[in-house]
Amino acid sequence: MARGEAYITGIGMSEVGVRLDRHPLLLTLDAVREALADAGLKPEQIDGVATYPGKMPSFLGFSPVSSDDVIEALGLSTRWHLGGAEMTAQLGAISAAAMAVKAGRARHVLCFRTVYEAAAMANPTDYPPPRRTELTGASQWTAPFFAISAATWVAQYATRHMARYGMTREQLSEIALNAHRNAARNPRALVKEPLSAEKYFFARMISSPFCLYDCDRFTDASTVVIVSAGEALDEVTAPPIRIAATAGSVERYSWDQAEWPGSYPTGKALWERCDYGPDDIDVAQFYDGFAFHPITWLEGLGVCGIGEGHRFIEGGTRIALDGELPLNTGGGQLGAGRLHGFGFAHESVVQLRGEGGARQVPGSPRVAVATSGGGPMAAALLLTRES
Amino acid sequence: MSLGVPRPRPRLDRDNRAFWTGGGEGKLMICRCGDCGQWLHPPQPVCRACWSENVAPQPVSGRGTIDSFTVNHQPWMPGLAVPFVIARVALEEAPAIYLTTNIVGCPVEDVAVGDAVHVAFEEEDGIFFPLFEKDT
Ligand SMILES: [Zn+2]
Repeated sequence: MARGEAYITGIGMSEVGVRLDRHPLLLTLDAVREALADAGLKPEQIDGVATYPGKMPSFLGFSPVSSDDVIEALGLSTRWHLGGAEMTAQLGAISAAAMAVKAGRARHVLCFRTVYEAAAMANPTDYPPPRRTELTGASQWTAPFFAISAATWVAQYATRHMARYGMTREQLSEIALNAHRNAARNPRALVKEPLSAEKYFFARMISSPFCLYDCDRFTDASTVVIVSAGEALDEVTAPPIRIAATAGSVERYSWDQAEWPGSYPTGKALWERCDYGPDDIDVAQFYDGFAFHPITWLEGLGVCGIGEGHRFIEGGTRIALDGELPLNTGGGQLGAGRLHGFGFAHESVVQLRGEGGARQVPGSPRVAVATSGGGPMAAALLLTRES
Repeated sequence: MSLGVPRPRPRLDRDNRAFWTGGGEGKLMICRCGDCGQWLHPPQPVCRACWSENVAPQPVSGRGTIDSFTVNHQPWMPGLAVPFVIARVALEEAPAIYLTTNIVGCPVEDVAVGDAVHVAFEEEDGIFFPLFEKDT
């Protein structure tokens, strides 16, 4: 294994649920324990921590546990850590960890994302919702028009795609149908059953063209990925997965001012940083907080042309587990739960190791792309199995 | 209160005051660079194209086209009357900047991408929210 490279050497996940009672720090601990056992590492070998978005006192459910919290609570002794929202989307934290181990600032970085939105909403005493005050910052340009949820922002990107390129709801539905089909094969997924087209089209609309099944739902869970330096691989027991390239971008901070999704420039940049290309992807884990996002990733990464993503997924066969580009094999966020970006890195590693069980894609995949973000913000990881 | 509940209100400050109060004089005020002509939204005290500080709010015609939209069916807060249209409008003078807004005055099914629209202010306690109506 190469010096100066970064690898994912351990993955872990807590229970994934809705309105869990377990303390969010303990959910994080559950995922950390599993990842350490997976990597064969001891807590004292962790010398870095990274998360997104870190401390957010006004949105406790959205980000209940920060990097500082984990270091303090678990008694870690770190030499590098990071947590913040001002980065290129959720997987930007894993990208930063890869840079830290390449730069020699850390040997084993614990990257985590804990979400607690469902539990927090059910327990306003312990997790008070943000106080409704006068708006400042970016939200003042959307919230006065009741464009409060990202669903309404991303829905407008999707409507634009329909008007410009002819995307239909039938084509869009393949993302949710595929997600539920795969989730039903993933014992840790929130969703347990496949979804029928009839049920999809009968569901109530949230924000057109998105119906209920096109939107992820609040989830309580923690996901951990350990990023290790090439120099430290003799300390781990799991088969290492190389972080072959990372990329990210934010087109405009104001979601309503962007001309195109962040997946377009980020997808292009990813290939400029490695010797791989879109034809090399064996398994795709594309952010699906809303069903339209994966379509923009197919286009941004050059799997198909701009404005052709909906035709690529038509009928659902290409993106199925046995298709030419298996997509969101664990169910994605629409099926497995809103793990907020980190689930895509986790599932990439599962597939590259061949540990997917009933949802394992055939053919011993070697190259995976994990993405996160939506609208104008984007991050992507190219992950490869070397042996 | 056209949608059943008071609109969430911006806190007025030196950057946004002209935008949120211009409707009192019937004017949609958009920030513009006096040197290179760049339109700026959200408003800011420097031009993002040339870094000139010669930037000031300027009235625009209030005419535009619907770049995209969504029919929102989800009541995100108690009492919110649904469905209604949330749209992103490209302004006639400044096609590269957009306003998030509501399209009012017509059934939601009559709204389409590319429709010509014009501003219609709705006032609540001194804030003039720039909504848009379809041209007839
Ligand atoms: Zn200028």
